[in-house]
Amino acid sequence: MRYHTPRSFSDAATIAEASTGTLRFLAGGTDVLVQMRAGMVQPDDLIDLKHIPGVDRITPTPEGGWRIGVAVPGIVLGAHEGLLRDWPGVVEGMNLVGSTQVQGRATLAGNLCNGSPAADSVPGMVAAGAVVTVTGPKGDRDLPVEQVPTGPGRTSLAKGEVISAITLPPRGKNGGDAYLRFIPRTEMDIAVVGCAVNLRLDGDRIVEARVALGAVAPTVILSEAAAKAIIGTTLGEAALAALAKAAEAAAKPISDKRGTKEFRIEVAGVLARRAAQIAYDRAKGLKA
Amino acid sequence: MSKIHVTTTVNGDPVEFLADPRETLLDALRNHLDLTGTKEGCGTGDCGACSVTVDGTLVCSCLMLAAEANGKRVETIEGMAGEELHPLQRKFIEHAALQCGFCTPGILVAAKALLERNANPTDTEIRYWLAGNLCRCTGYDKIIRAVQDAAAEMRGAA
Repeated sequence: MRYHTPRSFSDAATIAEASTGTLRFLAGGTDVLVQMRAGMVQPDDLIDLKHIPGVDRITPTPEGGWRIGVAVPGIVLGAHEGLLRDWPGVVEGMNLVGSTQVQGRATLAGNLCNGSPAADSVPGMVAAGAVVTVTGPKGDRDLPVEQVPTGPGRTSLAKGEVISAITLPPRGKNGGDAYLRFIPRTEMDIAVVGCAVNLRLDGDRIVEARVALGAVAPTVILSEAAAKAIIGTTLGEAALAALAKAAEAAAKPISDKRGTKEFRIEVAGVLARRAAQIAYDRAKGLKA
Repeated sequence: MSKIHVTTTVNGDPVEFLADPRETLLDALRNHLDLTGTKEGCGTGDCGACSVTVDGTLVCSCLMLAAEANGKRVETIEGMAGEELHPLQRKFIEHAALQCGFCTPGILVAAKALLERNANPTDTEIRYWLAGNLCRCTGYDKIIRAVQDAAAEMRGAA
């Protein structure tokens, strides 16, 4: 195995494109090293992205959003006041990943590129409208987060392409987001269902919403129907019921050892209601 | 396969060694530096027995390549005691917060990292912080009590 430490994303892309064997990018390593240990993946080229300047930083964008480096670990996100203020749902999703030790290394970009349908940070990013910058041999392109995963363990990135940053849009006024997941224990487990809701209010009325579901399909789901169920409402009981129904309809889960199809569908509706309420309360400036 | 020259600081001492590119920090600590206090439990980041801090951040040394430690500051259980045991170590003995002891180095390193961030944690905060450190002997209660007692002593409240 060749261990590479490029100093720029274009160098990383060049190495990746030239690689003729098995290739992995290394950020936090909390998935890659486990896969190597288990013998699932034996990279010929391992490209450590942490020597590229800026990858450990969270910087405000000129528009008022946040640009998050690909090597920023969960523990740093969870301690960042600006991100906690603007995108608490994104941060709480990432902070549910693994233990304190894993939080010390695991990254948003890694959680996304590992391609798990149950990745806890991904629904929050999708609901937020986060965009990844992809650097490849031909330069940079931007891609909405929901277009990155294409199936369990697979992404839409082509050979030689690497995520070079994640950008969260400006929060703007009267907005709130939240992420909830169901697991059968209190902590340290993989989501059976996850749901993120991001919305904006005009007064008491919801004027924008995005609802994302995790662990109920081969990839994260961005449900327009679920968003429509609450847009224009003040999130009363009828709107919550319509949201739950839309989330249930959007969920296309399998049955496995962590939950049956029927259970997951029902929980998708329950989590959508609860996450929407938390996002709504946050948008109202109520502590939640 | 060419080796990688790694220069790092472990418990304040500058060290260097040649690492296989695939070698973990855990294996390098144990096999190159003879620092065998850091234990391998699962090898996949689930049990926390291999906990160390790198530039002050708590990590599983099994989930990090030795090559990644180049230029970093690593702290292990061997660096915890000075002339005398660290209060956490002493309180673990007083409270019998260990039986077989295999998980203890990792738990001590993790607990120390917690108390550096939060000198007065609740039981719940300790339990969540240490959720990635598995102990199959104690049932955890004595560990929580020992951490609380050590924290109190370190605050000067005991």
